[in-house]
Amino acid sequence: MAGSTAWLEGLAGAPVPSRRLEDWRFTDLTALAAIHPKLAMAPDPLAGVTLPAGVSRLSSEAVEALLGRALHANHSEQHWLVQLNQGIQPAVVGLGVSGAAQPLELICDAGEAEGLVPWRILLVLEEGASLELLQVQRSSGANATTVITEVLLGAGSELRLGSLGLGDRQACLLTHLAVEQAPGSTLALTSASAGWALSRFEPRVVQSHGAAHTQMRSLQWVDDQQCADTHSAIRFDGPGGTLDQLHKAVADGAARSVFNGAISVPRAAQQTEASQLSRSLLLSDRARIDTKPQLEIVADDVRCAHGATVSRLQQDELFYLQSRGIAAAQASRLLLRGFCDEVLRGLPAAAATWRPLERLLGADTQLSPDPEQPAAPLGKV
Amino acid sequence: MIRPDAPILLEIQGLHASVDEQPILNGVNLTIRAGEIHAVMGRNGSGKSTLSKVLAGHPAYAVTAGSVRYQDVNLLELEPEQRARIGLFLGFQYPVEIPGVSNLEFLRVATNARRQERGDDELDTFAFEDLVRERLNVVQMDPAFLERSVNQGFSGGEKKRNEILQMALLEPLVAILDETDSGLDIDALRIVASGVNQLAGPHTATLLITHYQRLLDLITPDFVHVMAAGRILRSGGKELALELERTGYDWVDAELARQPVEVP
Repeated sequence: MAGSTAWLEGLAGAPVPSRRLEDWRFTDLTALAAIHPKLAMAPDPLAGVTLPAGVSRLSSEAVEALLGRALHANHSEQHWLVQLNQGIQPAVVGLGVSGAAQPLELICDAGEAEGLVPWRILLVLEEGASLELLQVQRSSGANATTVITEVLLGAGSELRLGSLGLGDRQACLLTHLAVEQAPGSTLALTSASAGWALSRFEPRVVQSHGAAHTQMRSLQWVDDQQCADTHSAIRFDGPGGTLDQLHKAVADGAARSVFNGAISVPRAAQQTEASQLSRSLLLSDRARIDTKPQLEIVADDVRCAHGATVSRLQQDELFYLQSRGIAAAQASRLLLRGFCDEVLRGLPAAAATWRPLERLLGADTQLSPDPEQPAAPLGKV
Repeated sequence: MIRPDAPILLEIQGLHASVDEQPILNGVNLTIRAGEIHAVMGRNGSGKSTLSKVLAGHPAYAVTAGSVRYQDVNLLELEPEQRARIGLFLGFQYPVEIPGVSNLEFLRVATNARRQERGDDELDTFAFEDLVRERLNVVQMDPAFLERSVNQGFSGGEKKRNEILQMALLEPLVAILDETDSGLDIDALRIVASGVNQLAGPHTATLLITHYQRLLDLITPDFVHVMAAGRILRSGGKELALELERTGYDWVDAELARQPVEVP
């Protein structure tokens, strides 16, 4: 692997993380070695998009002034995904939001490009602004996508952010999301990914003075030899903040799913209320799930809860459905759909056109005997 | 309603079953004809619930001997879903909560699976809504429960009503109700019993599994069977249940000593 990822190390100015590092212990970057060693053009996600009222492109001065701020606030600079993207210096898609904006969809489609496809997005919500944004990462070929999304949420602003990663069995997705929340702001993040040979998602949020609300819902689905890894980090740098985090995973085949959820509650963050739940389903004996909460709590007047479950489909639930005439395979799909839907229903409305459930479950999610348009399962086209 | 010439719907002969290699049923014999209501009573651990689960095809139970004929088919050869489709219904003692699965859609899929088996047209969403709203009356259930996840957050009584609603939609030939009365207050018990009575007819049969006479005050059984040590120890008419109410189960031990379990 060393030889074939040397060009990535050159771009990042840092060695590809080895599994000897705690943060990469379970995640094998071998899949990156198979990517053709060149940079590919990243299509402009705003090409052909009419920005809705309330959303405008940031001036180059504003981009220059604000770019990197959320990364810095989240101590992200030394993360390899960030180093790689910053080494490439992709054009920045900078968007400012004021007032109550209409929903927006940004599509980052690596298509069948060969090589490494970089995007960099900066989103700034002014005080009191609100936006529903769906960010879609797609690939249909042997490439690696690197995306940094930086978000600055002004006081009292509200962002519903959907992140949908629809991959290809030869493709890799490396996503770093850094959010800085001012007091009174609300972030509702829902992410779902499936189909990637390798995906690494690093959502990081800092409530810079506490007193903000963060909700995170995520779902990752892996099959075959795939690996999906979510490393989240939330820090409260002031009192009275809340976090409601649910991470779900489904692992089939010989796939691997990794979740590491860090929550940091320093002394200044009294009266923080944080909950984190990780729920994973193992669908095969060869699949593997590693899940780890990582709570660092120094403040003494806080409520922080966390939990993790790893299970198979429940036999009593399957039997109950079967005892009502629903065939075993259909009953399994119904249970899986229920499992996934808890996360997916939090995606922005625009996500429906991507039919995420159908892509995850492969077919027949309406459970009618003849689905009108069965969607091809991801990675099995 | 007892008619000696009515067709046999369910015939259980010498049924032995075990879970984790532990024998639970030790030779159950029971014949149920169309129109009949049977009650199976017995102490905890006598095998009543196991009998219901074995009949429904629960994978945790292994049948080690005996036979079960349902109309003219060998029931034990069928998958649980196939048993349901041909008209066998198990009302669960503890209905299972299924988060994320809409009750309405679950009911529609189940109803259509049964309809397909009977050669009826499948119901689309609209036609099914009409049917389900009509059947809700059988158990006086609030339509709001259709919008929730299956049994999730339902009280004990609501879960049991949901069971009887499923029975009303699936129109089974043989309904096995496993302690449907447990956990119900007297009003809910009346509603559930009334539902069962409305659905019982000359062409169907009901097997009630219960601990208590109070259910049998509301649903009159034609036959009462007492189970002990995994078999039916004594059978009689409805007066047997009243006798049990008076005397309890102490006589069972003496009776068991006189009738040792046969090993198949």
